[in-house]
Amino acid sequence: MRNILVIARRELGGYFATPVAAVFIVIFLVLQGMLTFNAGDFFGRGQADLVPFFDFLPWVFLLLVPAIAMRLWAEERRLGTIELLLTLPLTETEAVIGKFLAAWAFCIIALALTFPFVVTVNILGSPDNGVIAAGYLGGVLVAGAFLAVGSATSAMTKNQVVAFVLGVAICFVFAVSGYPVVTDFLNRNLPVLSLIARGFSVIERFHAISQGLFSLSDLVFFVSFIGFWLFVNVVAVDHRKAS
Amino acid sequence: MVALIEVTGLTKQFGSFIAVDKVSFRLNKGEVLGFLGPNGAGKTTTMRMLAGFVTPTAGSAAIAGHDVAAEPVAARRALGFLPEGAPTYPEMTVVGFLRFTARIRGYRGAALTSRVAAALALTELEGVRLQPVETLSKGFKRRVGLAQALLHDPPCLVLDEPTDGLDPNQKHEVRTLIRRLAPEKAIIISTHILEEVDAVCTRAIIIAAGRVVADATPAVLAARDPSGRLEEVFRAITRPAPLAKAA
Repeated sequence: MRNILVIARRELGGYFATPVAAVFIVIFLVLQGMLTFNAGDFFGRGQADLVPFFDFLPWVFLLLVPAIAMRLWAEERRLGTIELLLTLPLTETEAVIGKFLAAWAFCIIALALTFPFVVTVNILGSPDNGVIAAGYLGGVLVAGAFLAVGSATSAMTKNQVVAFVLGVAICFVFAVSGYPVVTDFLNRNLPVLSLIARGFSVIERFHAISQGLFSLSDLVFFVSFIGFWLFVNVVAVDHRKAS
Repeated sequence: MVALIEVTGLTKQFGSFIAVDKVSFRLNKGEVLGFLGPNGAGKTTTMRMLAGFVTPTAGSAAIAGHDVAAEPVAARRALGFLPEGAPTYPEMTVVGFLRFTARIRGYRGAALTSRVAAALALTELEGVRLQPVETLSKGFKRRVGLAQALLHDPPCLVLDEPTDGLDPNQKHEVRTLIRRLAPEKAIIISTHILEEVDAVCTRAIIIAAGRVVADATPAVLAARDPSGRLEEVFRAITRPAPLAKAA
């Protein structure tokens, strides 16, 4: 556990020691703000809630979270520091979890910086802050899910661009799997898979959570999803570390 | 006497290519082993297997009695390892990087501070302690890698080309350091500089095409050639076969 925190601390420091942190946070806030205000018609709706904000959040994450994750392992391999890291007295699982937690903490920091939206709706009306809190919790879970995928793809290659594209592609599959275009197609051809696809839809679960409908099964899903991809990550690190 | 480093039939195969072929040796406290061989002979792969970075195809390796496959964390605790090229995190400061490795090695508080200070002093890095590693010259970077390997005062040291990129003065200092540490440790250094073997090693192993082709003291090895020069022996042993015949 101690080693996990030491790794996480170093990794989080790494984000802020390079322009990565500033660039990511600025782009995230600008993109999220523009989509919420313009495309989401934040003021025009005349409602004191963050529905347009949370509608766009997973799609912004889909693009930006794999960008945060892509350096986690690919950069270690490129610099050769993976040889140093994995010959220190710690297990690969500790290193994988530590790096994941650092990236997750970074996403949570970025998400926390959207607090002016919460302040705004509270000044303009009386929103249900419980629902907003649920939305943020859902956002944290979606970020974790996409990060786990991105971290695993980062461990599969030395090339950060490949890690990014692969990460976005896999996250996209889990994002749209609950959409009618996918489920209708599956319903017609493979009805069994239709239900499974909906079950694996990260965005569908996020929408339920962001409406305040937080169930234990959603929590179990996200925890298992993250756990599975971190396991893939450990296997990928172990298999490809010296290649 | 229990060997500090014990390697038995260590083999690594990449596809059909055998990088390391049944390498075996034992190293006791006080020995400094010079690991010699042409590029691609399998030196780095052997060292990576010792450090637990590469998984052997066959055979075993133990550091201070801990098998690197069965007890990897215990084995790595007893080992100071300088990887090839001395990789470090470029954005970290020298002291930040050393504090990070010290924390992973379990040091906290005053013990951590004194360990880092001792490592900085040993490798003469105090002057650049607050500089980001990426701003340092190649020689300094290597010393940062060396500081990291020495930080926990391990019984075993495996150093892959510790003097590569250093100027003659720095080379001399590193050799002096290795000689000073030698009585209490088992040390393996890989090098292309044969004079280094004369200067610091009590024993030399020459490896060619993944196999150990010579294992003796530098003096005994040098005596194999009428010239008495290690370089000639090295060339005779490791040259590709047709050339050796022609000679």
